[in-house]
Amino acid sequence: MRVGFFVTCLVDAMRPRIGFAAIKLLEAAGCEVAVPEQQTCCGQPGYNSGDRKSATALALKFLAEFESFDYVVVPSGSCAGMTVKHYPDLFKDDAALLARFTALGARTFELTDFLHNVAQLKSVPGKFHGTLTYHDSCSGLRELDVYQQPRALLATMPDVTIKEMVESTTCCGFGGTFSVKYGELSTRMADNKCTHIADTNCDTIVGGDLGCLLNIEGRLRRNGDHSTRVLHIAEVLADTGE
Amino acid sequence: MMQNNALQFKRQVTIKLADVKLQGALSRLQSRFVEGRSAVISEIADLPQTRDAAAGIRNRVLNDLEHWLLHFEREATARGTVVHWAETGEDVNRIVTEIAAQHGVKTAAKSKSMVSEECGLNDALERAGVTVMETDLGEYILQLAKEAPSHIVAPVVHKNKEEVADLFAEKHGLPRKTGIAELCREAREILRPAFLNADMGISGANFLIAETGSALIVTNEGNGRLVTTLPRVHVAITGIEKVVPTLEDVSTLLRLLPRSATGQSITNYVSMLTGKKSVTDPDGPEHFHIILLDNGRSSLLGGEMQDMLRCIRCGACMNHCPVYQNIGGHAYGWVYPGPMGSILTPLLSGLENSPDLPNASTLCGACAVVCPVKIPLPDLLRKLREKQMERGMKSRQETLLLKTWAWFALHPKLYAFATKVGVKFMAILGGKEKLLHNLPGASGWTNGRDFPAPTGKTFRELYRKEHNK
Ligand code: SF4
Repeated sequence: MRVGFFVTCLVDAMRPRIGFAAIKLLEAAGCEVAVPEQQTCCGQPGYNSGDRKSATALALKFLAEFESFDYVVVPSGSCAGMTVKHYPDLFKDDAALLARFTALGARTFELTDFLHNVAQLKSVPGKFHGTLTYHDSCSGLRELDVYQQPRALLATMPDVTIKEMVESTTCCGFGGTFSVKYGELSTRMADNKCTHIADTNCDTIVGGDLGCLLNIEGRLRRNGDHSTRVLHIAEVLADTGE
Repeated sequence: MMQNNALQFKRQVTIKLADVKLQGALSRLQSRFVEGRSAVISEIADLPQTRDAAAGIRNRVLNDLEHWLLHFEREATARGTVVHWAETGEDVNRIVTEIAAQHGVKTAAKSKSMVSEECGLNDALERAGVTVMETDLGEYILQLAKEAPSHIVAPVVHKNKEEVADLFAEKHGLPRKTGIAELCREAREILRPAFLNADMGISGANFLIAETGSALIVTNEGNGRLVTTLPRVHVAITGIEKVVPTLEDVSTLLRLLPRSATGQSITNYVSMLTGKKSVTDPDGPEHFHIILLDNGRSSLLGGEMQDMLRCIRCGACMNHCPVYQNIGGHAYGWVYPGPMGSILTPLLSGLENSPDLPNASTLCGACAVVCPVKIPLPDLLRKLREKQMERGMKSRQETLLLKTWAWFALHPKLYAFATKVGVKFMAILGGKEKLLHNLPGASGWTNGRDFPAPTGKTFRELYRKEHNK
């Protein structure tokens, strides 16, 4: 299986180790992983702000870089959702491109969805010990039905216990540019999430979208919590502690 | 027409987030409506199919609205109902005032109607010398408090019991009650004479049934029945989009409406009002008028926002909206709050008057999942953002930022260089703590949160290094 790996702009800039962890997992699942060098951003910031034009240009760029792979894997439900659900919307008036984007969308997966459902990975290299709680990011959950997949993968790890927080599927308030434009509202939503995390007494909160994780971590730290670890699911599944 | 105050959205958010009483009241939304809905919605074994059917019924009507409205008018007229067409809220006010004058109406008893809120009907009637008494408990409380509804199903959800107790004690001049049952009894005793004395009853209508010319009203308090049957004259006001072809169709929608709205399998009352009193049908008012308001709805037909007209006003989208849950309905500035309001307000009352509403959402999608008629609310919010972009209604700063980002993203070499320099710089600023407490241009983030600093090298740099060695 030749997998094109789309790093996402946030992982590229903010936490490269998530990208490496994801590649390790894909390789553990027997994939041949390629990382197209010209890749940048999926175009979602523009798309969700009403800028269809730039989103369209970036969608075409994505198509050129990833169309040749058997699968495309993305360590983010939100960027994967953009590719799978929204690229076709951008080209709904162009039958030829629409067909290509639909076909590409059918081969594009969020990381845990791919590992669990496509590659059917039964054991992971990670050595995590402890109890963690999982935040379900909105796009992965509601656009791609990612809920069971990360939990199933975590369940293969003998020393991991999942303790569910209440409202794990409620938005953390990130929402891309929303987090800056409506900072107060966004902060309140993050605060509610932090409360629910704290109520579980877990020392680790895990999720599948770096945007949400930065938002949650930012609020935890501002609230003076410097100990709760905020990790991407790929880090937990792949980290051997070396 | 009711004034649109949505321009104040951001200022209102600050106020509402700091309002301790409001926050306490809003926390009940979760248990009453969210858990309520989830407890009963599973009673519908074929929920996906039922939602598809419901959306299908609404689409069928909207794709041929004129036909169904005329069909409704014909059937209603044949049963002695007078059907009026109102293009604007002012037209509704004029028509109701004229009907009142024609019948020498001094007092009107009113049950809940959001469409009448759209028109600002109460004020218009008071100006014409008609005393209006709201008889829905929530609306009655709001009338006493001189406040607008903050929710389309539970208009007074923003108030707690203590506030209502204080209000009643002050306005009724009776000893202060504290129990909910006592408060309800007190209100009922004051309201009962109003029903008996009212010359006119005013209500909304949840659905209009084309094949029988009926108006259907779904309520939990008996007031709806009294308002529509006791007074000599009954006026029902609703939007033109509320028509459905058949009784069969309504029964499908009724499986979803109360369950989605209040978490009830069925409401206490479902009233079907067909025609006026006659020799063969001694029940009902002597005169029955139905006013159909357009107010911009017809302009959405055939366009990319038509889906919004499927709305059956259940309120589930706002109950499940994390933004609404934190600020309540008043911040939205007009009649309709939450996700559906963030779309309807700009459409019916001007995008230029409500620039924040389409943007003040994370597009989390919780609303679309629960909408009984499958309105793609996040997509419609995004379409409004596109309209703002097309019409140059976005701030120059935001447009510039988006265009710059996109330009770099389309030029990978420059993008690689800019991100490399950017993350290195940010990593230095983050210091030992690896946190940024301030970000120029992003105070919206850093006022309430730190920004976790990047590690200092991009994935791209590291990957290239690893693969070229
Ligand atoms: S948009 Fe859907 S969920 Fe919201 S009030 Fe209308 S029907 Fe109910």
